[in-house]
Amino acid sequence: MNKNEHLKNLSEIKQLMDRSSRFISLSGLSGIIAGVYAIIGAALAYFFTFPKPGSYLETNSRNFKISVFIILFVAVLSVVTAFFLSSRKAKKNNEKIWDATTKRLLTNFLIPLLTGGIYIILNLNNQHYGLTASLMLIFYGLSLVNASKYTVGDIKYLGIAEIAVGLLCAALPGYGLWFWILGFGFFHIIYGSLMYLDEKKS
Amino acid sequence: MGLIDNINKLFDHRIRLGIMSILVVNEDADFNRLKELLNVTDGNLASHLKSLESSKYIEVEKSFIDRKPNTRYSVTKLGKAEFKKHLEALEKLIK
Repeated sequence: MNKNEHLKNLSEIKQLMDRSSRFISLSGLSGIIAGVYAIIGAALAYFFTFPKPGSYLETNSRNFKISVFIILFVAVLSVVTAFFLSSRKAKKNNEKIWDATTKRLLTNFLIPLLTGGIYIILNLNNQHYGLTASLMLIFYGLSLVNASKYTVGDIKYLGIAEIAVGLLCAALPGYGLWFWILGFGFFHIIYGSLMYLDEKKS
Repeated sequence: MGLIDNINKLFDHRIRLGIMSILVVNEDADFNRLKELLNVTDGNLASHLKSLESSKYIEVEKSFIDRKPNTRYSVTKLGKAEFKKHLEALEKLIK
């Protein structure tokens, strides 16, 4: 065997390792769209929730509930979009959307995410509203870091960035919404665009 | 020591090398999953699995899922060590 054949063997090994253990069809475009949803959602929430100068934010008010509903709606819409675009990409790659790698990716993503989600809801029920944005960012970041082992791309760095913004958000109370927009909006758009350009190249 | 001392004859085949590559990074994989990833026929895959099994590089676990037979394969400690040696030898050859 010559050198080239060994090289070919090694790259085939690497490819099989990746393809069998990592979910490779995550769509970059869905990142961009999720970021746009987040910004629109936050703008709507801002419009509904934030009081005019001189009045206070009422957490029992209808407007506050509308905001919570908007944020949940943004999350669901993002997941649906990511699923739709990723399955389209999987079809193009001749991969199945639902196989061992998808299950592993989702389980590892959802464990920290659901933990965080339940914690935040319990917190809200106890009238602790202050750190909600920070907690959302931190738990989402941890979910991404945890899931990064099971997919390609640099989701890990997005996760670390989200955690950093979440901590910063906790250190600077009162700016929750702005950090939320930065983390869920702009970071997704930036990361999604980088991933999208990468997809176009290969 | 010669350069090719650690090149394992058993791994000197595309499909056997492929099976090992998949199994070292996954806890286990069933027959159909291997077939789908490697794009080979049943008979072909079975014979290569058999040869890896008989040299104790992989383990086979047979069970039933919904009354259908399901065969799962996983790599043994020996298999993992041999595969690592083989990869290192390949890398050396390229350098």
